[in-house]
Amino acid sequence: MSDAIKTVGVGVCGAGGTMGAGIAIVAARAGYKVVCYDTAEAPLSRTVKQTEAFFQKSVERGKMSEADRDAVLARFERTTDLGRLAPCDLVIEAVFEDLSVKRKLIGELDAVCSDHTIFGSNTSTLSITEIASGCKRPERVVGMHFCLPAQLMKLVEMSPGLLTSDQVFKAAWDWTVTCGQKPVRTQDKPGFILNALLVPFNNDAIRAVEAGVADAASIDTAIKVGLGYKMGPLELIDLVGLDTQVRLCEAFYPITLDPRAACPPLLRRMVAAGLLGRKSGRGFYTYDGNAMFGA
Amino acid sequence: MRYFIEQKGESRSFPRGDAFLAGACAAADAEVAIYLGAPVVADAGKAAVLVELTTECLAEHADEAAAESRNILGFARYRNGELPPSNVVELVRFPGSDARAIDAAKAVFEAAGLTVVVCADQPGRILDRLLRPKYNAALRFLDEGLASAEDMDKTCKLGLGYPDGPIERILRGGLSHHYDVTQALFETYGTPAYAPPRRALAAARRGGR
Repeated sequence: MSDAIKTVGVGVCGAGGTMGAGIAIVAARAGYKVVCYDTAEAPLSRTVKQTEAFFQKSVERGKMSEADRDAVLARFERTTDLGRLAPCDLVIEAVFEDLSVKRKLIGELDAVCSDHTIFGSNTSTLSITEIASGCKRPERVVGMHFCLPAQLMKLVEMSPGLLTSDQVFKAAWDWTVTCGQKPVRTQDKPGFILNALLVPFNNDAIRAVEAGVADAASIDTAIKVGLGYKMGPLELIDLVGLDTQVRLCEAFYPITLDPRAACPPLLRRMVAAGLLGRKSGRGFYTYDGNAMFGA
Repeated sequence: MRYFIEQKGESRSFPRGDAFLAGACAAADAEVAIYLGAPVVADAGKAAVLVELTTECLAEHADEAAAESRNILGFARYRNGELPPSNVVELVRFPGSDARAIDAAKAVFEAAGLTVVVCADQPGRILDRLLRPKYNAALRFLDEGLASAEDMDKTCKLGLGYPDGPIERILRGGLSHHYDVTQALFETYGTPAYAPPRRALAAARRGGR
């Protein structure tokens, strides 16, 4: 049996979400027919509108012809019927970051999908091996962590679970390359590379504020000027959301018991106060529309 | 803002030939005194007295509770090992530091085109305090086989837009330098996050190679 992923049938579960929608665009843009699945019609409709707008912008910027746009959009199918994913060569799940949710979904996909289907999980923190334990063919489950926004970011962290077959891993790897993505291989460990480095680092920055080492703006400036980063850690936390950082801590710390991964008390207090970052208008900085003011 | 420099040995912030050194004036004409490696001398007549720091705290040079220390500040221009210094200066203050001294110090460095960030007198200041534990984690991940050095660096560049990855950055700055900084931080904080990692320890014991 070949594990090559053909130009028909890439499924995306959770396609109504931001990450799922981005992964669907990556696949369709590379010429694959994409079955976009979600549990409700409304998020899928929203994704369709966002996808159309994305490709329309590509046309306006001269990156794509109108004919190509129409051809790409024609490759999308949306459904709330899991059974429509049955013939897919590859199904990538990008649903809520919860082990029980993902494990249950993999089990449901296992029941409906073809024998040859490869299951990709877009988890950013959870164990691929544990997710794969939800199905009867763990050898066909691969970690495929895209970065947000997936349609723009090239990186994919690829992780085999303990039981993933080499052939399946290679097929999934080759598929990301054909999509123009840049995969890196990591072990199946919490946070893989990106979040394993980033979450504790961001926590350290919060603790530095809390310890009175410096204010948020000084910390971010030091990092940006000293290292050439585009964004400081506290600006980044404001962007992703302080509540998201709490969730990441809660995912990491119980598994790793790394004190740096433990949620800083200041972060919890800020979330309790409704200071969630850009989305609430105030986090480590105060925002007025797109303008940013100092902490 | 005019400044004079009292120097003993090589400065990490302003290596030989740095234009900042050439901009100094005579002590009698200066509003700010800068000590590079030389013992600091309190001088209430100056707007600020600045002492260059490496891994040590400002409190090792001046008593933070003393009135004569109100215009004494520490500073370090961030530098990765022996690579050229960056443009960021960490200006270290005591809780009771005089705001006018801070303004004077900022004026001196900013006139030289440097960016100044003010921080408390804590080990590692901002940058080493934040960066060294991350570099330690990256080196540990490498030892544990999480990913190759290339893939770790690639992940940070592609996923976070960093100009370089942690491993290549540590190696460029020197494992031995990383050892020196982490050892100093570990002695103060005592937490495992700052403990020198195996590769840095080995490099230091090999004599920096």
